[in-house]
Amino acid sequence: MITIDNIKKNFGALQVLDGISLSLNRGHSYALIGPNGSGKTTIIKSILGLVVISSGSIHVEGEDISRQWAYREKIGYMPQIGRYPDNMKIGQLFDMMMNIRKNSGTLDEELIETFRLRDLFDKRMHTLSGGTRQKVSAALAFLFNPPILILDEPTAGLDPVSVEFLKDKILKEKNAGKLILITSHIMSDLDELTTDLIYLYEGKLLYSNPIKQLKRETGHDKLGKALSSIIIQTQND
Amino acid sequence: MLRIIKYIMYDILRTRFMFIYFLFLLLSTIALFQLDSEASKVVMSLMNVVLMVVPLISVVFTTIHFYNSYEFIELMLIQPVNRKVVFWSEYLAVTISLSLAFLLGVGIPILLYGANASALMLLYSGLMLTLVFVSMAFLAAVLTRDKAKAIGVGLLFWFYFVLIYDAFVLWVIYTFSDYPLEKVSLALIAFNPVDLARILMLLQLDISALMGYTGAFFKNFFEGYAGFIFSTALLLVWMVLPVGFATRIFSKKDL
Repeated sequence: MITIDNIKKNFGALQVLDGISLSLNRGHSYALIGPNGSGKTTIIKSILGLVVISSGSIHVEGEDISRQWAYREKIGYMPQIGRYPDNMKIGQLFDMMMNIRKNSGTLDEELIETFRLRDLFDKRMHTLSGGTRQKVSAALAFLFNPPILILDEPTAGLDPVSVEFLKDKILKEKNAGKLILITSHIMSDLDELTTDLIYLYEGKLLYSNPIKQLKRETGHDKLGKALSSIIIQTQND
Repeated sequence: MLRIIKYIMYDILRTRFMFIYFLFLLLSTIALFQLDSEASKVVMSLMNVVLMVVPLISVVFTTIHFYNSYEFIELMLIQPVNRKVVFWSEYLAVTISLSLAFLLGVGIPILLYGANASALMLLYSGLMLTLVFVSMAFLAAVLTRDKAKAIGVGLLFWFYFVLIYDAFVLWVIYTFSDYPLEKVSLALIAFNPVDLARILMLLQLDISALMGYTGAFFKNFFEGYAGFIFSTALLLVWMVLPVGFATRIFSKKDL
């Protein structure tokens, strides 16, 4: 599980995260949403240690992550835009990641198979289309069977068939009791995949509750509708 | 760490830059040996090449490489790998490959045409300059956020140490020529790694007599092991400080 305690981050004068506290638990799947520039990716990058927070603390499975690195073994991350060394072949990339993570557990190669990535193992990364890169990113995120999965806009850029494959995989891992954190702008996807909603606005946490509760409170049974009514409500307050 | 260095080396060798650098040094060294039969004159000409080209190539290659491997660095940092390990792997891989290209490119012809003390000192100074300027270039790379700025800052270091600083030293010596300046100029030289390397070589070439009193003073100071250890120690400081700062900055940098 992940505990985020009053974290703040500023890039120069710009306050990107302004005192956010959250507690994310196993077996739940969280939808992290908010307008562009509201700090979603920054939160994710803070959890991964790519962005160093200005104040506050983050604990992953009880361990404070500041200046730590071993905890990342427990996280599978799929970036919004997967950037990989251009000269490397897909096969080499997978070999390298396995080599560097020295994984002791079993590998989860399901996505490599369903996306038929093995046929592309000889292609270099710079020749790949955006969608194929996304597939590589997804396969890498799930490969080491991590208990925590962080997916930054996982379905953006994928073809409809692959989107369904990926969603099935996410649901399967969710039902296996993993902690999943997803950002997306596609409400119908989130409605299917997530159990809890986190809404960010200008670096502040506006709403964080189970989606069922949100739907009950607002009387809508579609996530998109329920969300817009809660946004209108908070803006009126 | 070795695993990561292996992947970076593989990437560096793929670009063929190292091979071209090696070939350039090899051909120009052979050409200089062909032009002149006297070994000390060849070393003298080579010295000028080494003092200008080695720092320049080290700075430019390092900054370009660092920004070209940004994706790789990012990919490593989302794995359970220590930031410092990633950074030092990059540093070591670049240092090792540039040093090897230099040592082989200049060293092979020197061995073929006959090695002497001054030629070995040339190899040694070139190696030290590579280490120092790679270190500075890493500092330039982490201080900036894009490739163009990083190369700019790196080139500024090069300009400063190869050209501007010497002009400043000359100005000081010329203006205060009425005073005894031996110790002052020794101190001034300590602040420039390129000058340290140059002095190391010049004293081997036995032309310090041309440099008057200061030359005699330097000869006295740098002759024997004490002077050698003194300049090596200073060059090592020039190597350790920039990369030390760079590591500190990198371990807090947002990616």
